[in-house]
Amino acid sequence: MSHDHSHSHGPGQACDHGHDDHNSPEAIQRTIKKYLMVGGILFGGTVLTVAMYYVHIPSVAMTIAVALLIASVKAAFVAGVFMHLSDERKMIYGILLCTVFFLIGLMGLTIWAMHDPPMQTLIDGKPA
Amino acid sequence: MEIPYTVKPRPDTGLYNAKLGIWLFLASEVMLFGGLFSAYILLRVGADLWPHGMLSIPIGTFNTFVLIASSVTVVMSWASLKLGKLASFKLYMTLTIACAFGFLGVKSYEYYVKFTHYDVWFKDDATAQKYFTAAYGEKGEADVRKHFVERFHLHNTKATYDPHEIQLAGHIQGNPLFASHKTLAKAKTEKIMFEPDPKFGSHDHPKAIEIPVSDVKRLSAYVPAHSTYFAIYFTITALHGLHVLGGALVLGYFLVTADKWWKKAPEQFANRIEVGGLFWHFVDLVWIFLFPIIYLL
Repeated sequence: MSHDHSHSHGPGQACDHGHDDHNSPEAIQRTIKKYLMVGGILFGGTVLTVAMYYVHIPSVAMTIAVALLIASVKAAFVAGVFMHLSDERKMIYGILLCTVFFLIGLMGLTIWAMHDPPMQTLIDGKPA
Repeated sequence: MEIPYTVKPRPDTGLYNAKLGIWLFLASEVMLFGGLFSAYILLRVGADLWPHGMLSIPIGTFNTFVLIASSVTVVMSWASLKLGKLASFKLYMTLTIACAFGFLGVKSYEYYVKFTHYDVWFKDDATAQKYFTAAYGEKGEADVRKHFVERFHLHNTKATYDPHEIQLAGHIQGNPLFASHKTLAKAKTEKIMFEPDPKFGSHDHPKAIEIPVSDVKRLSAYVPAHSTYFAIYFTITALHGLHVLGGALVLGYFLVTADKWWKKAPEQFANRIEVGGLFWHFVDLVWIFLFPIIYLL
């Protein structure tokens, strides 16, 4: 059987990165409300994404843009609130900045490759 | 020897070590999935034909809800520890793990449905037309072409396809897994009973037709070898599924050792849960992009 240890040695007063106020029971209670709200937003965002599919936007580019925009907003809420990125240490932002740089490079190479077909397979600009 | 900085932040980084470690790991994971996403874009843009509507949107949506719910419960389990409520932690963590296995169960069902669904291509036009008529009646070829046009969104293209290039979709009686032209030949199977899919827009299944294996040019279940689409679909979703499984096992370990850790080192335990939760949120985050890209676009 499990027992609560709130009176003995709960880590509520402890700080993971020196922010005492962020780890006080009151602050955690406030954060819990935020977590539930974000959960609701994520559910709503999913419904919106699926609804968009059934509404059927005529432009393919617009469909992709809207779907990725909704996904990005949902991802921002997960990263910002659930993963605590809205209030993190500089070191983590530095790591993520490097990641974003390399990810953009990776995607950039992909787009570049699309415009750079191997020429030996073309005769007068048409596939051999 | 005591592991340093499991609770207190390291002065130079401002973070406890596990947190720095998990973020470095997640950075590498971003590149791993980023590579697969870029492969998906490259394959899709370069493909002559790309299928649509091959996956069940209600099932995918349900699984998205399951993963989102698990993200909420895992962060609530961490918050419960921060409030000193071990019982709440256990409840939320149990729910998280239940969601994880629920997700994997649904995904396995989706995989099973694909592994028992087949496309058949016939050896020549006359043979193809014969079976299209046998499956759907006199205007059978038009019905099969309608499926083909809808699957590949060919409404506005002038490309023409001969009957032997168009596949007949359905199930083999007995629902065998992973059968192929090669395995049927190896097993010296001479004929199969094939249950074609209903006509486009209908739910009525036509009668099963007998197809001698000698009339078949290619037969494939919806497995990675079927097409580029299924190759990239299974690669990305299986890798994601392995992450879900791995995450569930680690979180499960935290759950079963909770009492011990809570007595021994509650603050370190809360940090472990935070780190496990960060991984779990990342898995959810990947799915947030995967779902629209693979199921809807």
